[in-house]
Formats: sequence, C-alpha cells, structure tokens
Amino acid sequence: MSDYQTIVGLEVHVQLATKSKLFCGCPNRFGADPNTQVCPVCLGLPGSLPVINAEAVRLAVMTGVALDCTIPAYTKWDRKQYFYPDLPKGYQTSQFDLPITEHGALAIACDEQEPRTIRITRAHLEEDAGKSLHDESGAGGDTVIDLNRAGTPLLEIVSEPDLRSAAEAKAYLTELKLILGPEYLGVSDCNMQEGSLRVDANVNLHIDDPKKLGKSIATPIVEIKNLNSFRAVERAIEYEAQRQWRDWQETGRRIGEAPKQTRGWDDNAGKTIPQREKEESADYRYFPCPDLAPVLNPGLEVERVRLAMPELPAALRLRLVTDHGLSAYDADVLVNQGREVVDYFLTVAAESGDAKLAANWVTQHVLRVMNADGKSLEEVGLPPERLAGMIAKLTAGDLPSPRSREVFELMIADDLDTDAAMAKLGIAAVDESELVAICRELLLANPRVVADVEAGKQQAVGALIGQAKKRNPNADPGRVREICLELIAKGV
Amino acid sequence: MAISRAEVERVALLARLDLDDAQLEALTPQLAEIVAYVDSLAAVDTAGVEPMAHAVELHNVLRADEVRPGLSHEAALANAPRKDSVGFKVPAVLDG
Repeated sequence: MSDYQTIVGLEVHVQLATKSKLFCGCPNRFGADPNTQVCPVCLGLPGSLPVINAEAVRLAVMTGVALDCTIPAYTKWDRKQYFYPDLPKGYQTSQFDLPITEHGALAIACDEQEPRTIRITRAHLEEDAGKSLHDESGAGGDTVIDLNRAGTPLLEIVSEPDLRSAAEAKAYLTELKLILGPEYLGVSDCNMQEGSLRVDANVNLHIDDPKKLGKSIATPIVEIKNLNSFRAVERAIEYEAQRQWRDWQETGRRIGEAPKQTRGWDDNAGKTIPQREKEESADYRYFPCPDLAPVLNPGLEVERVRLAMPELPAALRLRLVTDHGLSAYDADVLVNQGREVVDYFLTVAAESGDAKLAANWVTQHVLRVMNADGKSLEEVGLPPERLAGMIAKLTAGDLPSPRSREVFELMIADDLDTDAAMAKLGIAAVDESELVAICRELLLANPRVVADVEAGKQQAVGALIGQAKKRNPNADPGRVREICLELIAKGV
Repeated sequence: MAISRAEVERVALLARLDLDDAQLEALTPQLAEIVAYVDSLAAVDTAGVEPMAHAVELHNVLRADEVRPGLSHEAALANAPRKDSVGFKVPAVLDG
C-alpha cells in the first residue's frame, strides 16, 4: 500500500544534567518533596533577577556540536508569554529567533535500510515549568502546583519533518537518547519515566493525488502530546496516520483547510483524542528578555568543545566494522550498550588478538550475564584481560572449545583466571598424538563405521565422538571427526 | 497610527484583563496615542544599523553551576492566597 506517505517531525525536550537550575541556584533534582527546591527567582517573585547557568550553556553547545549543528556566535533570550498556573512569571524564558544551535543532522539506520540523515532545525535552551498535581478523584477538586521543576534547564531539539514512519521516529529517538544520555555525552539522564526526556510528534500525510500523477496532497498537521514511552510514540504515529487517512477519505480536508490540531495519546485506549482547543489562536508575543544579557559563543571556544568531543556512536560503529572486522550487527549491539562495553570489547580484542571471537564472547555471553542478573560490567567481575586470556587459549587450541562455556562460567563464579578455572575443571589440552591414537583404536574396534564412511556416509563418524569423549573428556568433537575421516581416507 | 477597539479587546484578552465597555472606550484612543508616539521612531533612518537585542552592551553574564540555598517550604508558600500542606492551590485546570 503506497497510497500515502507518513510525514513526521519530532520535538524532543531533554532536561540538562546540571546541578542547579537554569537561572538560579536551586537544585535541579528529581523527586524532592514539592516546593522545597524553590527561591524568589524560580517562584517568579517581583524584583528577583535571573543569572544564566554557564554549565547549561556548555551542555547545549556540546549537544549542538554532537548533532552537527552550527553554533552561532551570538544567541539571546526571549520571553514567551502565556498563562498557565505552573508558569509563575506568566512567561517562559526561552529562545525565539536566535537559538544557541541550529541546522544540524542526525543519521539513523532503520530496518537494515541504508542510513538516512534527518535534519535538525534547531536546539534551543529554555526553562521548564512547574508541575500541576490534578485532583485524581474526579470530583473536580483544586489543582495543587509544585514549582520544584520550574526553572530547570531544558534543551528543545526540533527536527525537520524528515521522518517517514513510526519505526524511523523510534530509530531517531533511540539514537538521540544514546548520544545525549549517560552512555555517551551524559548531557541528560534521558529518563522518560522521570520526564527528563519528553517527545511531541507532528504528523501528517502526503497522499498521492489521483488527479495529478506525481503530485501529492498534504493533510492537516496534528501535534500529538502525552507520549510517555518510545513504544507510545510508535503506536501513536501509526494510529494517527490511519486516522488521518480515514479522515481524508471522509472529508477530503487538506492542510490549511483546518487549523493545526493538538491531540493527546491515550495509551490504554490505543488512540489519539482531540485536546481542548484554545479559545484564541496562540499568540506568544515573544520579545527579548530585558533581564538577561545575550550570550556569545566565540568560534574558538566552540572549536575547543569540538576537539574535546568523545567519539560518538556512529563513528564508533564505523570503526568497529572497518578496523576490527565486526559485522554491522555486532558493532551495533556493542555500541548501543555504551562506551564502557565498547572499551571492554576493545581491550578483549587487543589482548586476545581475535576481534571477531572477542565480539562473540562479549555480545553473547558477557551481555547475557549482565542482562540476566541486572549487573553492571564491573559487577560481572570478569576483567577484560581474563576473557582475552581465555580466548587466546581457545584460538591456540589449548582450551577445547566444547568446554569453554564451563570455563567462562567458572571464571565468573569463582573469580578465577583461565588456568585456574581449567585446572579446577580438570581440563587439559589434548595432545594431538593422543587424539590420533584414540581415533585409530576406535576405528579398528568399529569396522562397520569405516565401511559406512567408505560407502559415502560420512556422518557415520558421529557414532565415535561420544566414545572418544569418554576416553578423554577434553577431546574436541570437531577434531575427532576430522582425524577419523583423514585416517579412513588413508586406509586407517 | 489607528488602533481599533477590536485590537484593544484582543490585547486585553491576551493580558487577561477584564475591561468593560466604558474602559474599552477610554483605552482605545489612549493606546492609539501611545503606539503613535512609539511609531515616531520609524522616522529614524536605520539603514546599515545592526539590530540590537538588548539595551545594555553586556554579554555572557554567567554563573557557575553551584547549588545555593533557596527558600524553605513554609517561606515559599507564605504569601500564597490559597495553599495546602503540599503547594499552591489553584482552581481545577483542564489539561489543554
């Protein structure tokens, strides 16, 4: 079905991980008792004056550089006027026409398709509002306002409408969260449950025009709010696309023929619901904030941030593939775990001399232990040098591969290195000549197997592998098979 | 510069001012006079002049990211017209 194309743009708010708020020294911390992290500035009391938090500016510049944005030399603050009880000053201090960063891009990879670049319109700094604690009883009781969050620093990252599906929207959000969250830059906790990452989606359709070949018709844009998880973002976009398609078939309404609508996502009902329309169209009457001086970000300082920028996920994935020969899939798994796991892998690869095996062991076994027990890498307690030592023994043939899993588990359980774990398990490398002797004996005792193999049934050798392992538990089944076939070919 | 009564009504709505007929009648010419006065700036030739964002030639007035003591819960709520033990009480708000 390609009657229409879904068009999505995302507005992402991330709360910056500063110690104090954007314009005052109150703590920027989640979960405190209501109205205990407030002062005259963030309460909007008359006569109080804001002062800009330098760290918030630094984190915003860092984000801009990471998202390939330009960082204009000059940026200023504006007041966005609207009335809402959790906005104590009657305006939000934000940035209107001269944001701190703009014109960026983020590459996303989705469903094994070629990576696509999603343009970023801008990322600007602004203060957060407080929280409204509504009466949940349904009796229409008073709303209680908590202003702890008022004045905490937000970066609003706005994408161009370049996303073409719910899956792409999720891929964009996942990559953005990976870059900005604790795994890499750490400019934000990016925790959706705690509200340090919030997403609004703008969705409409481009429908093939049945009358004009190659032309399309745009449906009215809908902004979806109340998206509380990446899964909700995906479901809401999918739902909204289908709803707009039905709506267009019923009404034929195009963009411009209906005002931009805001709809809220109801996760339980699995649908978007129109939100109350404002009585007058939004008129925020932005004007420059007279209380705050503009901020200059000279090119030299931006360059310093650029030079200090850690390697980002996209570059790291590329390096793992090109320099270490990993599959795109393995590189993705490692990089998505965060820098710590990547560094662990790099040490294992360097020390063992086998990047591919190192990737297998880290992605399949180390991550399994981490996930199963909810442990951090450090808590797993397997230093990368030990895992590298085990892999080196494997490749050298000193550790029979069928027993490597046992050795791995014991190294973790008993905090042992490979030699100690092998000794405890009674594993010794099998001498090749001993293995040949065992195979020769078994073939002589089983002429039937030899006859079957000579008749073309190579799998008959399988019957001897169990017997070989009984004589020496460290016998490598693959090697036993090879030796037996060689011996039969040579006439035993 | 002419200001219509409808424009005054709209500005009043945006500012959440509840003006009666007499007030609107009185304010409309007053606002028109104010805007006309400011509009005299348009007579100045500003060709080649950089737009300014701030009246004071100051930049980068920043503070270090340090937590400083604020107000106690009691002090923060002391002057609230309506409150409970948690926070500021306002009439029920419909999310919109």
